[in-house]
Amino acid sequence: MKNKRYIIVGNSIAGVSCIEGIRKIDKNGEICVFSDEEYFNYSRPLISYYLAGSLKENQLNFKDKQFYKSNKVKLFLNTKCEKIDFKRKILYTKSGNFEFDYLFLGTGGKPIIPKIKGIENVKEGIFTFMKLKDVKKLKKYIEKEKKVKNVTILGGGLIGLKCAEGLLGRNIPLVIVELADRLLPNTFDFIASEIIENKLKEKNCEIIKKNTIEKIISKDGILKEVILKDGKKIKTDILIIAVGVYPNTELIEGTEIEKNKGIIVDEFMRTNINFVFAGGDVCESKEFDNNRSVIAIWPRASRQGKIAGINMAGGEKKYEGMFLMNSVELIGIPTISFGITNPENEKEYEILKKIDYEKKIYKKIVIKENKIVGGIFLRDIERAGIIIGLTKNKVDVQVIKKSLINDKFGLLYLPENYRKHIVKGEGIEV
Amino acid sequence: MVRRILIREEYCMGCRLCEIFCITEHSKTKDIIKTFKGSEPKPISGIYFEEIDYISFAIQCRHCEDAPCVESCLTGAMYRDEKTGAVLHKKEKCIGCWMCVMVCPLGVIKIDLENKKVASKCDLCIESGFPACVKNCPNEAIILVNEKGERIEE
Repeated sequence: MKNKRYIIVGNSIAGVSCIEGIRKIDKNGEICVFSDEEYFNYSRPLISYYLAGSLKENQLNFKDKQFYKSNKVKLFLNTKCEKIDFKRKILYTKSGNFEFDYLFLGTGGKPIIPKIKGIENVKEGIFTFMKLKDVKKLKKYIEKEKKVKNVTILGGGLIGLKCAEGLLGRNIPLVIVELADRLLPNTFDFIASEIIENKLKEKNCEIIKKNTIEKIISKDGILKEVILKDGKKIKTDILIIAVGVYPNTELIEGTEIEKNKGIIVDEFMRTNINFVFAGGDVCESKEFDNNRSVIAIWPRASRQGKIAGINMAGGEKKYEGMFLMNSVELIGIPTISFGITNPENEKEYEILKKIDYEKKIYKKIVIKENKIVGGIFLRDIERAGIIIGLTKNKVDVQVIKKSLINDKFGLLYLPENYRKHIVKGEGIEV
Repeated sequence: MVRRILIREEYCMGCRLCEIFCITEHSKTKDIIKTFKGSEPKPISGIYFEEIDYISFAIQCRHCEDAPCVESCLTGAMYRDEKTGAVLHKKEKCIGCWMCVMVCPLGVIKIDLENKKVASKCDLCIESGFPACVKNCPNEAIILVNEKGERIEE
C-alpha cells in the first residue's frame, strides 16, 4: 500500500502534537510540517521568560531536533503557505507545491489590534506579544533605546500579565490598562485581582482599570503618549497591545472550509472537508459547556492536535471539550484559575472562599447544583488539579463540600468510587 | 513493559515507610542514616501520603496512559520514557509554570515555589529498577503490576 501523505501547517504545540498523534498509528506515512517562522521549535508561552532573561533562546524549545528526525518529519521553516487547492489536494507555498492526502491546519491565533486613533502614525514603539519575533523586537528596542523609561500594556489578561511579568523581571516601570474591573477578567474575581494588584503596585506597576486607550500621540513616527478614555494622559515609550487573540484563518479565507470565528471542527477535529483537520487556537470546537467556541490555551491545542493526528492516520479518538483554565505566576504568586469564577446571578451558585491576605493565599470554589463549575487558587495550588478533575468529571460534591477548601483536602476526601476510578489507571482493578 | 503501582488502601497501616524509603532511594548516598541525619540535602518523596483518622493512603504518579501533565508541559520537561512507559521529569528543563499541577486530577505533583521547579514526582525508581516504596511496604498495600495487572516481585 502506498504511504499516506500528511501535511501539517503550523509548528507550534497543535502541529507538533499532530505529529505525535499520526505516529501513534502510522509509522511510515510521509509527514511535512510548514512554519512561517524561522525557529525549528519553540514554546510560545515561554517568551515572557525570555524577555525577563531567565531563559535563553536555545532554552525555549519544547521538542529537540531529534524529535523531528526520529518521527521522520520534513520540516519547512520560513515557508509561508499561500493557497490550498482542496479539489486536487495541493498546498501552494513560497517554496513550491506539495500534494497531500490529509491536511492539518494548526495556524494558531493572531493578536487583535484595536483601531485606536493615531495608531496608524506610529512606526516605533508599539509591540504585540505572541511570537518569538515580537519579543525579540521588543527586547532589542529596550536594550538599544536606553531611554525607555515607561511601558504601557493595553490589556490585563493572560498575555498582558505574562508580558508584565517579563518586563518586571527587567525592572521596567509599567502601567497596565484594563477595560474590566479586574485583572485576568476571564478567570479571576475581584479579590484575586486585588491581591495581585497590591503586589504589582509594590513593584512599580500601576494598574488602571475600567478604562482604555482612546488616542495615541506620536512625533515623527515615534510613540510619545497615550490618552485614556477619561482624558488621563500617560507618557510612554513603549505600548504593548495585549487585548486578545483571534483565530488565524487567513489561509482558508474564501475557500469552502467552513468557519465562524474559527475553523469549525467536529469531535474528531475534522472540518467540513473530510480529509482536512484543524486544532488549537485556530479552531472552534464543542467545549465542556456544550457550546462551540475557541479557547486559546496550550492544553487544548496539545490535546486537539494529538486527536486530529490519530484520526487522520485512521485511528478513532474523540475530543471531549475543555473549559478555560490558566496557570500563571505573578510577582512570585502562583495562580491557577478556571471555569466560572464570577457568576452573574450569584443566587444560583454556592461559593466557598478562604482568604489569608497576609500569606496571599486565596481559594475560591464555585458550585452549581452540587457540581463544581469554577475556582481560583492563589499560592496554595498543589491540589488544584484534583478540584479541576472533579469539575471535568462532573462529580457530585454535595457530601464533601465542606472539605473542598480545607488545607488538608486530598484524595481521601473524595467519594470512594470516584477515588478508585481515578487511582486505578487503565487496565487495573482496585 | 509498562509497570504500574497498584494501591490497596484497605491494607495501608499508615506507617509512612514508603515515604522514608522513597526519600532514601532518591538521595545521593542512598543510605538511610546519612539521608536522615542531615549530612546532605534531603530529597522530597514522590509519594503523597494522606490520612483522616484511621484511614490512610499513599499515592504516587499513576503514569497515566493519556497523561495530561505531559500534554500540558510548556517546556518538554515532563515526558514519557519510551522504554518503560513511565512519565518522567527533567528538572533542568522545568521552569515552574505549574501547568502539570493544574491538569493532574490526582494532585500528585509536588512543587518547590522557591526554586520554581517541580519538586518531586514518582519515577518508578527507574534507576534501581524496582520501586523502593513497594519493596518496603510491610503490609503489601502498594504492589507492582504489569500491564495485565499481574503482580511483579523483585
